[in-house]
Amino acid sequence: MQTVMISPAELDALIEKWQTYYAVYVPALAKPAAATTDWAPGWRRFVEGEPLILPVGPTPASVKTFYFPQPETLLSFSLEENHPDKGAMREPVKSQGMQVVLGVRPCDAASVLLNQLPFIEDPLYMANCQRTALVGFTCTSRLSTCFCTEMGGSPLHSAGLDLALSSLEDGFILEVLSEKGEILVAGCNLVPASASDMAGLTARRQGAAPGDSVQLQLLRSCALNRLYEAPMWQALGEACINCGACTFICPTCFCFDIQDEVVQGQGRRIRYWDSCMFPLYSQHTSGHNPRGKKLQRTRNRFLHKLKYFPDRFGPFSCVGCGRCIGDCPVNIDIREVLSDLVRCTELE
Amino acid sequence: MISFMPYPVRIEDIVVETEDGSLKTFTLAFEQERHRKGWQHVPGQFVMLSVAGAGEAPVGLASSPTEETLLCTVNRAGMVTTALHQLKVGDRLGLRGPLGNGFPLDGEMKGKNIVMIAGGFAVTILRAALMAVLARRQDYGRVTFIYGARSPGMLLYQQELRQWAQRGDIDLYVTIDREAPGWAGLVGFVPTIAAQVAPSPENSVALICGPPIMIKFTMPPLEAIGWKDEQVYLSLENRMKCGQGLCCHCNVGPTLVCKDGPVFTRAQVKRLPMEY
Amino acid sequence: MATINDKITDAIRAQARKLLETGEVAALIGYAAGSLPMTVKPLVVRRPEECDRLVWNTFCVLNLATYLPEVLSSVEIPRDLRDPKPEEPQAKVAILATGCWSRNIVVQIQEKRVARERVVVVGVGSRGMVSRAKVKALFPGQEILTVEEGDHDLVVQGLDFTETINRWSVVRDNCQTCAHPDPVLVDIRIGEPVSERKNPHPYKQVELIEQRSVDERWAWFTAEFATCIRCYACRNVCPLCYCPTCFVDDAKPQWLGKSLDAVDTGLFHILRAHHCAGRCTDCGACESVCPMGINMRMLTKKLNKDVLELFGIEAGMEPEAPLQLTMYPSASPEFIVTDLAPVPVPSRKPFESAGIPSAEGDTSCKP
Repeated sequence: MQTVMISPAELDALIEKWQTYYAVYVPALAKPAAATTDWAPGWRRFVEGEPLILPVGPTPASVKTFYFPQPETLLSFSLEENHPDKGAMREPVKSQGMQVVLGVRPCDAASVLLNQLPFIEDPLYMANCQRTALVGFTCTSRLSTCFCTEMGGSPLHSAGLDLALSSLEDGFILEVLSEKGEILVAGCNLVPASASDMAGLTARRQGAAPGDSVQLQLLRSCALNRLYEAPMWQALGEACINCGACTFICPTCFCFDIQDEVVQGQGRRIRYWDSCMFPLYSQHTSGHNPRGKKLQRTRNRFLHKLKYFPDRFGPFSCVGCGRCIGDCPVNIDIREVLSDLVRCTELE
Repeated sequence: MISFMPYPVRIEDIVVETEDGSLKTFTLAFEQERHRKGWQHVPGQFVMLSVAGAGEAPVGLASSPTEETLLCTVNRAGMVTTALHQLKVGDRLGLRGPLGNGFPLDGEMKGKNIVMIAGGFAVTILRAALMAVLARRQDYGRVTFIYGARSPGMLLYQQELRQWAQRGDIDLYVTIDREAPGWAGLVGFVPTIAAQVAPSPENSVALICGPPIMIKFTMPPLEAIGWKDEQVYLSLENRMKCGQGLCCHCNVGPTLVCKDGPVFTRAQVKRLPMEY
Repeated sequence: MATINDKITDAIRAQARKLLETGEVAALIGYAAGSLPMTVKPLVVRRPEECDRLVWNTFCVLNLATYLPEVLSSVEIPRDLRDPKPEEPQAKVAILATGCWSRNIVVQIQEKRVARERVVVVGVGSRGMVSRAKVKALFPGQEILTVEEGDHDLVVQGLDFTETINRWSVVRDNCQTCAHPDPVLVDIRIGEPVSERKNPHPYKQVELIEQRSVDERWAWFTAEFATCIRCYACRNVCPLCYCPTCFVDDAKPQWLGKSLDAVDTGLFHILRAHHCAGRCTDCGACESVCPMGINMRMLTKKLNKDVLELFGIEAGMEPEAPLQLTMYPSASPEFIVTDLAPVPVPSRKPFESAGIPSAEGDTSCKP
C-alpha cells in the first residue's frame, strides 16, 4: 500500500472520475430541497462542481446507513394465487455496484470495524462492506462533544478507511489502505509522500495513540452486578423519554427487527432498525415485558455499549463521535453516564 | 454463517392437541431431499417457523432427532402462530434452524438419573428430550417425568402419555390443576407433585420447563432435598427475531438467549439480571 | 447584575425547598443545567438539598407535563392492581409550568390523566424560549461553546468569535406567536406575569403553506418529512401521546410499515397530528427535539387553526370544561357537538346514531 501527496485540484479531479464509475456520497449538511429516492439519511449524491464541505467533527449522519440500510431486504416471495412458487422464499437481487462514501471521519470508520465483530458472519452486512469504499479525512480540529480519545480511538486514526486524507498546508497526504483504495487511485500519477511528511504524520499519531483509558479499564474489570444495580439509573431513566434518536443516529447501534411486507401479492422480508429504548422491543407475545420500565431500557442501552458488548467482543461499542450528546432531547450525555459508572466501580 | 433463508417444508399432518384448539402439532417434511439429509438437531433447540407474509416465530422442536419426523407444537398467540394455525395439510411454510444450544444429552446428562418436570405447553421440548433418552435408554439411569396441565383436555401428547405409562422404565406422574370429571389421575399443581415425588438428587440431572411461576415454586422443595443449581436445566424464553445472536432482542444482560441458550443451568440463570 | 431568569431560578429553588421541607409535595419537576450550551435536563427533585440544582433559563424547550403522570405514580405508595385505592390523600407533585405547559396540565386533568388536587402548579410566565437550531444556524460551520443569557441579548461564544445577538430574534416560532404565555392554571406564582404578545399573525406560517397550490403543498410536505428516521422523539416528548400502544406499534392490525418508506413516515406524522387535534397547545417540544430538524409542528399548528376556526376551541384553557372534540351526544345529528361554542358546521350526512356512546367516552386515540 502506498502513501502519496495529492493537491486539492487533483483530489477534485479524482472525485469526478469516481463519479463516472461509482455512486459517490457526501455528507448532506442541509435538508434536501425535495424528496428523492437516491438518498440516504444525512448523505446526498455528489454533484459535480459543488464544493465538498466537511463539518468540524463527525458528519451529520453516520456511515451505518451504507452497511446496515434501513430497511434491508432479506428475502422476497410471491403470494399471488396461481404463482408456481407461491410462498417460496427467494434471495433478493442485491446491488453489486460500488459506492464511495466521501468525507468519513475516523470515528465512523472505527464504527464499521466494531460492527463487523457481531456481523462478521452476516452475508448482507459483509457484502455491503465489500461494495463500500470509505474515503476519510483525519480530524484537524474537534467539537467539544468529540470524545473518541476517551473511548480508545484517535482523531488521526485511519483504521477502517480505504483512503485516508490528512491535511498539510497545501494539500493532503493520501494513504491507500486497502485493495478498494488501490482501485480508487489506480492510474493516478501521484507523487509519493516525502519521508519528512510521513514522519510528521507518524509523530502526530503517536501523540494521540489509541487504547483503553484508566476509566475504561475500571469498567472492564468491574462486575456486572455492580454496574447493573447502580443507583444512577434511577434519575437517568426518569429523564429519558425512550425515543430512538440516540440509537438511530449512533454509528454502533445495530439492533434490528424482522418483518414481512406484502404489497399487491408481492412480498419481502425486511430487517429494519429497532431500538432497545422502545417497549415493544422486548415485549413477549403474552404481554409480559422483561424490560417493561423506562429505567430498564435506558440501562440496557448504556450497558450494552459499555459492558455487554466489550464482555463479548473486547472493544467498547462506542466510538466517541458525540452525536447522541448533541441530539438527545433531554441532554443525556454518555460522557456523564460513563463517568458516573466509573464512579460506581470505585465506590466501596 | 448467518442465514435468513428458511428451508421450504410442507405440512404432512396436523393434530389438534388441546380441547381449546390453542395448540396444534404440525408434522413437517422438507421439500428438498438435501435439506432432509443435512438436518441434525439436539432436543431443546428451536426453529424459526415462517409463513410468507405473516413473518417468523420461534418454536421449540417437539421431536427428537431419533424420530423419523419433525414435529413442532405451536401455541396460537401472535400474528405468525395465528397464521400457522390456519394452514392445512399440504401447505408450505419456512423453517430456519436448528437454533440455540439444546439439552446436554451427550454431556452432563449421560449416565445420570433424569428428572423432567413440565408445566403447560412447555412440555413440547421435554417430549423431544424424553424421546431421545428413550431411544438410548441404556445410556441413562432412572427417568422421572412429571407433567402438569390445567385440565385433562389441556394435556398434550395424550396417546404417548398412555404408552409411556405402560413402559415400566419411566416414573410418570401426570397431574391436572383441579379435580375434573372422569379424571382418575393426580390432582395438584406441579410444584406440589414434584415435592411429593421428591426425586433424589443423587447422580441426577433435572430439566424443568414451564411458566416462571411454576419454576419459582418447584425449586424450593427440590432444594430442600439437596438439589443444586448446577444440576437443574431451564429453558429461557425471550422475544427473538434473528435467532442467531445478532439482532439483540432476546438479550438478558450480556447473554443472548437465542445463541447462548435457550437452555441454561439454574446456576447460570441466577447470575443473570432478571430480564426474562 | 442578576437577570430576570436568575431571579426566577432563585425563586424556584426557594419555593421548591419550601414545598419539600414542609412535605406539601413529594417531588417537584423542573430543570437542571445541561451539559452543552443551550440545553437543559429535566430534573425531578425529591429532597430539599437537591433544589439548588434547579435552573430556569431561556432554553427550557421541553414540556414538563410529559413527566407529570409518571412522577405522580412514582410517589404513590406501591400497591397491587387488586388492592383497594388508599383512602388517605395521595402525595402531591409540584411542576413548573409556563402558559402552554399549564394548558397541557389542564388537558391532562380533563382527560383524567392526573388528579387536579394532587398537582401543585408552580407557574412561570414565559418570555419565549430560544430555538437552539436558530442560534446554530446563525453560525454555520462554527461550534458554539458558550451562550451567556441576558434579559434581551445572548452572548454567543465560539473558538474564535464572540457575538451578541438579540434574544427575541432567535425565540422559537411557536413562542413568538404564542397567545397565552402566562400559565392558565397557577397554584404558586414565580416572577411577574408576562404581558400578552402583540400577535397580528399567529398562523402566518400555516397561511403561507395554505396559500400554495396542492402540488406545491405536497412538495413541501414530502421534502419536509423526507429525513424522518422514525425515532419517535416528537411523539415521546409530547404530553398528549400516551396511548398504551401507539398506532404505529400496533401489530394486529398493523397500520403502518416499519421502514422509512415515505408513505409510512408521512402517515405517521399526519395521524399523530390528528390525534392531537383540539388537544395541542403548540408548546413546540416536538419540533425542538427532532434530531433531523423536521418542522412537524406545522401540521399540529394547522389543525389548531382549523379547530379554532371551526369549533372555537383552544385546548387546555379550562379544567372543568368538557373535552369538546370527544363528545358524541347520540341525539345530535352532528358528528361533533360543542356545548361551549356552537359553530356552523357544514351540513353532512349524520352518522348511524346507533351504538355511539352518549357521554364523554373513551379519550384515548385510535385511528
